[in-house]
Amino acid sequence: MASAPSSTSGIHLPDTARDLVKILVAGPFGVGKTTLIDSVSEIRPLHTEEHLTQASEQVDDLDGVREKATTTVAIDFGRISLPGGVVLYLFGTPGQERFRSLWDDIAYGALGALVLVDSRRIDASFDVLGLVEETGLPYAVAFNAFPDAPRHHTPEQLRAALDLEPGTPMVTCDARDANSSLDALLALVEHLIDRDPPENR
Amino acid sequence: MTGRPGGRPLVPAYLSTGGVARPSRPHLERLSVLTGSGEPAPEDLTAAQLALLDVLEDGSLTVVEAAALLRLPVSAVRVLTAALLDRGLVLARAPIPTADRFEPDLLKRVADGLRALKH
Repeated sequence: MASAPSSTSGIHLPDTARDLVKILVAGPFGVGKTTLIDSVSEIRPLHTEEHLTQASEQVDDLDGVREKATTTVAIDFGRISLPGGVVLYLFGTPGQERFRSLWDDIAYGALGALVLVDSRRIDASFDVLGLVEETGLPYAVAFNAFPDAPRHHTPEQLRAALDLEPGTPMVTCDARDANSSLDALLALVEHLIDRDPPENR
Repeated sequence: MTGRPGGRPLVPAYLSTGGVARPSRPHLERLSVLTGSGEPAPEDLTAAQLALLDVLEDGSLTVVEAAALLRLPVSAVRVLTAALLDRGLVLARAPIPTADRFEPDLLKRVADGLRALKH
């Protein structure tokens, strides 16, 4: 993609595509969102350059660069065609509050969010969790297993540190590994099925 | 976040829409599916409108995929799409057809599909 941006081969939707759904892969910068998307996407992850709105610029901390009128952020996404005409899109979504309007636009109609957390810097994920909860999006938490991640935390400690509801799934994954990433996505989707009120079935 | 590919977009975002900031139709979603209608392109289309028609020539794309290929913000592609919709050059459909919207098995199909991908 980087070398041939004009190439569209393999990007067009299969004719069988019928139901297009999306899941947000949310987390702070550097947590492995694009890595996870890349491990399961059938297309090389693409990205769009999004302009942040004026409202978000006011809380931007770009002191001294006021001549910069707009800020852009790259939003990565990937795609998985599933049997039965379902196409699942994964959107890597940064969780800072200054991305709020962009977040709302991307989250519109999403099934849920997989929140990626780096156990070496748990506090970097607080903003994301706050946004997910404000949006009312159902979610699951996946710790990306970085090689040097601390291993002495118990699940209870991690759950307490993130202030998770008892019913929120919490898993560990290796975002580089397709099976592991699929398992993390499955933990979310199974949670969505479980919480779906029976009257809606 | 990935690094940016080299080079600049063909048309700067602020020029791509001819200064129009809001689409004439509000309901285009990131995953709305765009398909070229096959009508011949009129001569008065802008370069950006033609570029959008061009990427739809070989098949359907979502709004967000078209934006990525054209290296334009999604907001700009919404404006371009709306103009082409108004002229019958592009067709758009919702991400999930209305008939499937309350399909109770959709989540289950997603789960089954993800399980089938594991190896």
